[in-house]
Amino acid sequence: MTNASHEVAKGPHHASGAAPSALSAHSIVKRFPGVLANDSVDFDVLPGEVHTLLGENGAGKSTLAAMLCGLYQPDAGYITRNGERISLSSPRAGLQHGIAMVHQHFRLVERFTVAENVILGSRDLSYKLNRSELEDKVAAVAESYGLPIEPGATVGDLSVGQRQRVEIVKALYQGAEILLLDEPTAVLVPAEVEKLFENVHAMTKAGKSIVFISHKLGEVVEISDRVTVLRNGRVTGHVSGRGTTDTKELARLMVGRDIELTTQRASHATGHEVLQIRDLSLTVGGVSVLSDISFNVHAGEMVGIAGVAGNGQRELADTIAGLMSPTSGSIAISGSLTTDRGPIHARELGLAYVPEDRLGMGLVPSMSILDNLLLTRDRRVVVDRTTVRPEATRLIEQFEIKANGPDHMARKLSGGNAQKVLLARELSGGRTATKLLVVCSPTRGLDVGAIETVRALLDDARSAGQAILLISEDLDEVMSLSDRIFVLYRGSVVHETPGESAELATVGAAMAGLKPEGKS
Amino acid sequence: MNGNIWVLASADSVAIATTLILAALGALFTERAGVLNLGIEGILLTSAISSFLVADSSGSIWLGLIVGSLVGALLAGIHAVLSVVLRANQIVAGLALVIFGTGLANFLGKPAEGKTVTTLIKPLSFGPLSDIPLIGPIVFRQDPITYASIVIAIVSSLYLFRSRPGLELRATGDDPATVDAQGLSVASIRIRYTLFGGLLVGLGGSWLMLAQSAAWHQAATTNGVGWIALALVVFAGWRPMRLIFGAILFGFTLQLPFTLQAEQITFIPSALMQMLPYLATLIALIALSRPSTRNKLGAPKSLGIPFVRDER
Ligand SMILES: Nc1ncnc2c1ncn2[C@@H]1O[C@H](COP(=O)(O)OP(=O)(O)OP(=O)(O)O)[C@@H](O)[C@H]1O
Ligand SMILES: [Mg+2]
Repeated sequence: MTNASHEVAKGPHHASGAAPSALSAHSIVKRFPGVLANDSVDFDVLPGEVHTLLGENGAGKSTLAAMLCGLYQPDAGYITRNGERISLSSPRAGLQHGIAMVHQHFRLVERFTVAENVILGSRDLSYKLNRSELEDKVAAVAESYGLPIEPGATVGDLSVGQRQRVEIVKALYQGAEILLLDEPTAVLVPAEVEKLFENVHAMTKAGKSIVFISHKLGEVVEISDRVTVLRNGRVTGHVSGRGTTDTKELARLMVGRDIELTTQRASHATGHEVLQIRDLSLTVGGVSVLSDISFNVHAGEMVGIAGVAGNGQRELADTIAGLMSPTSGSIAISGSLTTDRGPIHARELGLAYVPEDRLGMGLVPSMSILDNLLLTRDRRVVVDRTTVRPEATRLIEQFEIKANGPDHMARKLSGGNAQKVLLARELSGGRTATKLLVVCSPTRGLDVGAIETVRALLDDARSAGQAILLISEDLDEVMSLSDRIFVLYRGSVVHETPGESAELATVGAAMAGLKPEGKS
Repeated sequence: MNGNIWVLASADSVAIATTLILAALGALFTERAGVLNLGIEGILLTSAISSFLVADSSGSIWLGLIVGSLVGALLAGIHAVLSVVLRANQIVAGLALVIFGTGLANFLGKPAEGKTVTTLIKPLSFGPLSDIPLIGPIVFRQDPITYASIVIAIVSSLYLFRSRPGLELRATGDDPATVDAQGLSVASIRIRYTLFGGLLVGLGGSWLMLAQSAAWHQAATTNGVGWIALALVVFAGWRPMRLIFGAILFGFTLQLPFTLQAEQITFIPSALMQMLPYLATLIALIALSRPSTRNKLGAPKSLGIPFVRDER
């Protein structure tokens, strides 16, 4: 786990307790209506170190990071920078103290070029902009940390990994000494994660400090010099020294019990065909998004769709859910055609759908948990909340959703908890008994405990005879749950394999568009 | 056919274009910051009558222009408070501003009804240049504000696309959350450009009054130019340079009915011709309502959407 380059980055800081921390939080308290998000939290990061914040969904990690960069103000406690007390009244103040945050939702203007995005907000520029000079300057900063970017490219055309690099370059350009990375790897494919970690090493070598937030324990073990565990807004654990911990210990520190993410497969023979897709093609705005896709999903079976984001997964799911009409081909659920019939029809045939965009398509952010549940429940004219309320309360408990109760507004949930509400609604069945479950990235942003719960629920659903289509960029997840795996690349199925005999290398190569089966 | 009248008509088109350029530039700056101000027509009217009253009582056209412009900024300030500070629905706030501005102008204009300004803003003369056939009257016989409006448009283009604050302005209209994360104040940027936009619209309205109309006639003074300016911004793709040409084209269509009438060309009913600009406005609004066309046209992405800082 610890290789040579890590050793170089690993500094002697912890040994010499005298070095003042680059940034520290002292007894920070932050309250939101009804929640104590941070309860007297102490946290510090040294120069040249990666300090990870770990914790369950809703533990208060993002809130703490937001206060460290000036986005939120603490209710009590204070922050010091190099031992001196500072007040961060805004993100601008944070930047002036050399603190920058890379948000999970990138803060980039898509229409601007990379260089324009990087220099946006810089105070020390002349009034007049000289494009080529700026691009050279930006390229120089990027290169000095080994971050290859093309300054003249339009951000809207870049991949997620490239955009993240732009965010990091932006922070460095503005002279950031401390970078807060909130779940930076949640949206990256494995190769991009590797690249990011190389960049992190280059930055720590240059004396920068990194505050890292992630739910992926393997990554945490690999990258962190120290780990602080948060639970219900409180610091509940510390691990220091690289290589002194493993994922199991971290999981135990986080959720207080052992977590075992095992492989699960269909326990019994699968039944009849629930989902039938025939020669499905979809063209959007003249561009072919899906071409000639045919497969079935049987009752009691889980079919996994692997692929790098943007290869047609989202459109495939939307087409099955009846939200998009295919250009040609057909879709049938339990033998009746759903093509062109709209989403209600598909739902009436027993479809449940967990879309990728949880706060956009999955939930109504401005409505309560209860009302969000009601959306898929009864369709009578008069809304009857009393009958659904007990169910809402039960689901909140079962899924361990951190909320004030059924009336908690969806927008005010932490990222992972919003995902849980959506899963709770879809997995618990709607008006008609669920026959087909289409789930997209169901565990993205969830903590290990929650991932275990969700996987168990998916497995239960499968054992109960539901047909499940699992669409995920998390290759591990697809490989360890699916009975059959299809790899989607540029809208076509380029590889098919039974889940049991699937090989990581082959599937990974297919995802990257390399011809599998070692032909080329 | 009398060739001379067409030369005059073209010269007129350029002149009418002045108000359009100024009002549309005002709307453009406001919208580039992400604020939709539908109240342009109301601002034009109120600043027109204000400039008239001031010029009339003080005898100074220039003072009239200045006060008229400031009144424009003041009214835009109301819109800024409603839509940026109070985060009201911008369409409703803008429409309210039209009604308010029209009412206010009519009230202020009561004593001025039918009166004329004694001294008008006069066209400049460039000596022999102004006498060049065709080009002379069109290019070299306009008044200073007309030339200024074109210069302002060119400078605006440079400002938007070649300067640091211009970059920040465009970013605010597209993606205010990003601007906020950079520590810039979205509210302050939006308010500033809404006010500046109002100032330009006010200048356009004052000029229309003091150089074109001479007499105050309630609604006849602006004739819906404010609405056309809004459409023009859409057709120009929020770009000042394209806006200049669009304004001249619209200016030409606006005066066409009069020229045709003078030429005794009657096979096209003049009422139909007068409809053209409004048809254009309608088409622009339809184009704006479709997200895909909006994007293609280059509309600021957060146009009309109040900004609330939110972590998620
Ligand atoms: N703006 C807000 N208004 C009200 N409550 C909030 C707000 N932001 C966060 N909270 C609450 O504060 C708590 C901590 O949230 P936070 O986003 O910090 O969690 P997190 O540790 O980042 O979780 P996740 O891993 O799910 O992202 C949660 O209970 C959340 O509901
Ligand atoms: Mg979070």
